[in-house]
Amino acid sequence: MTNPDQRILHSLERDPSRFLDVWLGEQAASGTMRRDLISEAELRTQSQAFLSALIAALRSGVPFEGGSNHPAWSGVRAQLEDLSRQRAQRGFSFSEVATFVFSFKQPLFSALRESTDGGTELAEASWEANVLLDRLGLYTIEVYQRSRENIIERQRQEMLELSTPVVKVWDGVVALPLIGTLDSERTQIVMETLLQRIVETGSTIAIIDITGVPTVDTLVAQHLLRTVAAAQLMGADCIISGIRPQIAQTIVHLGIDLSGVTTKANLADAIQIAMERTGMRVERQAPGRTP
Amino acid sequence: MERIPILKLGDLLLVTIQVDMHDRLALTLQDDLTTAIVAHGARGVLIDISALDVVDSFIGRVLGNIASMSRLLSAETMIVGMQPAVAITLVELGVTWRHVRTALNVEQGMRRLRASLDGPRA
Repeated sequence: MTNPDQRILHSLERDPSRFLDVWLGEQAASGTMRRDLISEAELRTQSQAFLSALIAALRSGVPFEGGSNHPAWSGVRAQLEDLSRQRAQRGFSFSEVATFVFSFKQPLFSALRESTDGGTELAEASWEANVLLDRLGLYTIEVYQRSRENIIERQRQEMLELSTPVVKVWDGVVALPLIGTLDSERTQIVMETLLQRIVETGSTIAIIDITGVPTVDTLVAQHLLRTVAAAQLMGADCIISGIRPQIAQTIVHLGIDLSGVTTKANLADAIQIAMERTGMRVERQAPGRTP
Repeated sequence: MERIPILKLGDLLLVTIQVDMHDRLALTLQDDLTTAIVAHGARGVLIDISALDVVDSFIGRVLGNIASMSRLLSAETMIVGMQPAVAITLVELGVTWRHVRTALNVEQGMRRLRASLDGPRA
């Protein structure tokens, strides 16, 4: 037997079902097993599928190189990808994911010891097994990492969309409560959403409420001013409300010029001035009268 | 040669731009409009650009110039119906209009223009 992979294959093929049991026992004993996140039966199915795919790939005689795209290994890769993706979504940690592959070592070495005569042959086979499993382990982690990044990216996108609601306050008045930090990308979305809603509702006044914006630096102010300028070009006036005392101090210290924009300390004042400008009036009813 | 029609409505002039604005057309409009303001003694100019999807810095500047020229001829300029994308582009390009008033649509623009023209006199 010249190809060391064949020794691994040979030892796996001797008794796959017993091997599977030993491996599952190893995973269960590893201490990083998450019974709360994955059921025994599911783990068994996954392990079984991986083992079959690995045996099939080893039979092809093609060696597994790091990131190997060879079709012979596509089954193994698919198994590991599914597993990593699923575990990333369920909230497994790095080591808990890696254990799946690394716990394979112990039973494999035992199996190799039984199927070889010991000595040099065993040492060689062990080394080969080690290299193979390390590569598979690294591959698993890479996919896991990518899945995590995808999840984070998707959540970021959702946050962007969620965080820009434009609400209609009154006929001809829309309000945009801004929450969180304003960066260039968000400003762009905020601007587009606001202008679109101004057109849809035919509003002449837009209130931008920055109560939820933690800090205002020159960049944020510039973004705000650009939004105001764009709204003005379309024929809508902007009022900036929710300026907290600290923010007012920062704006003056930074020398930001907001003189071209109407600013109010809170949303109520902004709504009142918007009402006045659109010719509305809110007044308290005479006491004793009920609506 | 292609021209943008200028409609007279009392002492107002109404221009609706329905075609793609190119540089030559913009300059022709500038000529025609200033001539028309003087000829009719117009006091207000309403330019509807709701059909314009694309505005570059040149057209932006010409529109601003038209407003400044109208002001010299004692007519107010109201630009109405700008598309959101156009507004964003103009802000990104850093175009600033000093003598231009804006409104969402022709109706609103007309009302605002009337109000400001009638206001000081009344």
